Amino acid sequence: MTLPDRTVRAIQAAIASNQDKPGALLPILHGIQDHVGHIPPEAVPLIASELNLSRAEVHGVISFYHYFRQTPPGRHTLQICQAESCQAMGSVALTEYAKQCLGIDFHGTTGDQEFSLEPVYCLGNCACSPAVMLDDEVYGRVTPERLEQLFTQARKGQA
Amino acid sequence: MSIKIYVPRDSSVLSLGANQVALAIVVEAARRGASVEIIRNGSRGLFWLEPLVEVVTPEGRIAYGPVLPEDVPSLFECNFLYGGEHHLRLGLTEGIPYLKNQDRLTFARVGIADPVSLQDYLAHDGYRGFKRALGLSGAAIVKEVTDSGLRGRGGAAFPTGIKWNTVLNTEASQKYIVCNADEGDSGTYSDRMIMEGDPFVLIEGMTIAGIAVGATQGYIYLRSEYPHALQVLNEAIAVATANHYLGEDILGSGKTFHLEVRRGAGAYVCGEETSLLESLEGKRGIVRFKPPLPAIQGLFGQPTIINNVISLASVPIILDKGGAFYRDFGLGRSRGTLPIQLAGNLKHCGLVEKAFGVTLRELLYDYGGGSASGRPIRAVQVGGPLGAYLPESQFDTPLDYEAFTSIWAVLGHGGIVAFDDTVDMARMARYAMEFCVIESCGKCTPCRIGSTRGVEVIDKIIAGRDHAANIALLRDLNDTMLNSSLCALGGMTPYPVLSALNHFPQDFGLQPTQQAA
Repeated sequence: MTLPDRTVRAIQAAIASNQDKPGALLPILHGIQDHVGHIPPEAVPLIASELNLSRAEVHGVISFYHYFRQTPPGRHTLQICQAESCQAMGSVALTEYAKQCLGIDFHGTTGDQEFSLEPVYCLGNCACSPAVMLDDEVYGRVTPERLEQLFTQARKGQA
Repeated sequence: MSIKIYVPRDSSVLSLGANQVALAIVVEAARRGASVEIIRNGSRGLFWLEPLVEVVTPEGRIAYGPVLPEDVPSLFECNFLYGGEHHLRLGLTEGIPYLKNQDRLTFARVGIADPVSLQDYLAHDGYRGFKRALGLSGAAIVKEVTDSGLRGRGGAAFPTGIKWNTVLNTEASQKYIVCNADEGDSGTYSDRMIMEGDPFVLIEGMTIAGIAVGATQGYIYLRSEYPHALQVLNEAIAVATANHYLGEDILGSGKTFHLEVRRGAGAYVCGEETSLLESLEGKRGIVRFKPPLPAIQGLFGQPTIINNVISLASVPIILDKGGAFYRDFGLGRSRGTLPIQLAGNLKHCGLVEKAFGVTLRELLYDYGGGSASGRPIRAVQVGGPLGAYLPESQFDTPLDYEAFTSIWAVLGHGGIVAFDDTVDMARMARYAMEFCVIESCGKCTPCRIGSTRGVEVIDKIIAGRDHAANIALLRDLNDTMLNSSLCALGGMTPYPVLSALNHFPQDFGLQPTQQAA
């Protein structure tokens, strides 16, 4: 499978704007994921050749970090905090509810490509547990009803 | 003249709808022809009252909270622009006991000023420590930090001055200052509040560290879960650079310090300092063997100061008011203040900066107001996911590094997570092992394999299979992890596991008297 031209350009731009930094690999990977939504396998040899690394080294870094994804996410990504503070305030039930509503497990994407569901270990919103993050926005004291609202708003493109 | 209204931009407050509240105020003010100026401050840290809206009046700042967008018309109706009476009115912000009874040193400005206004920062004593440091030798700056008694606030509590002194005395053409902003511990958010609420204090602290030891480049390694902190830090760095507080020849002093934020990528282990350095170098976050210490061979093999956000953000006030001023707070070998973060099942979750010595019970009940659910507090975890669970009988322990060590617990980064009596401590112990499975870097066997075996053994205990043998096996496994892991991840996962087993044996199917088994 070949990548669309604009994806290739985004990858090349992320490499070009970061490759002279010391320790450039993470900034490059962030640049790619910010613009493409994930890090396509085709990006690996391009990065490897520009940074003079082996493809295995680049792949090793991508797969080490939970944040980097190798497959495209849904239009919206919902992260639900699984850490202790949120557990103390009902995140286990909230997580079950989200999985049921969306019909997917963690790391899954709904059939209509609308939502991806990911666990996250602390959003630093522990004073307002349980917390979730929908795309780039954090939400606190989230009840199942609130989650339902967020799904509806996101589907309408208002989240 | 327009009336000044403060609505926080802290991400926790945004998570409760602060932007919608700010918008509602603007809309309602326009509708009524009132002239208002909205300032987006950091949070005061009283999260059960957030969104906390403050209005500047001749008497001082009057607080209203928690304000929802739908409350805004009635606030205007009650003349809140002039401090009018309303059921959400809390009086003078500074007079709220939760805030009034704190020792805010590191958090002196958080929630008060506009985080990205350099003028505000300077007007509230900002850069005074730096200006004093400019007149001192590197050794004198380091001595001030040593004299303050400051210990690493990230969790390990290593004396900051000793670390700095090692870097100062190591010859190299390039040295680095690295800020560990990978605040991954559950129940902690003080780093985030500083970065979002007073980013200049961190920039100033890092710059002082730079001129002290002769480092010209700094990095803030920020976790990817904090997009708002990233934005605020980058804004503040741009402002500081434009005003010659960063870059070449800072304020005409001839000193150079460059600062850049680097994003992490969701790996808890990268909060461990050597793993963080690997990650900054663009590699997998695999823990390094020590020695060599990062202070001698750190980032790119060069001498590196690596400190937590709160440690670095405490440096400006130490340089401004002197090491002795800071050391006068606290007790024993725990000097100064600790920004404590109350989290989990508490009525009044928030940031409490206090001198060391305050007890857990005071924090949980006097500040925290007891559980949010109204049920008894059964267990608290102090110090993040690698911290011990404490039962009610230990709630009188003072917050002091050594007092916690003596009860086989840790203060860590100062996070306190409360659980009510519905908690199943065997499940929490299992979670601790599971977390270690997910986050292990994989370099050492006790952590990589031990955690997986730990989950399996706890599952058997919960299911009641070969119960006594599996309890013994779990203790044996924890002993191995505790004594032979390479870093704190594998080495401290036994803290939550064994403390749960020891203090709450009935949750593991044991009689309370069997706890010594």
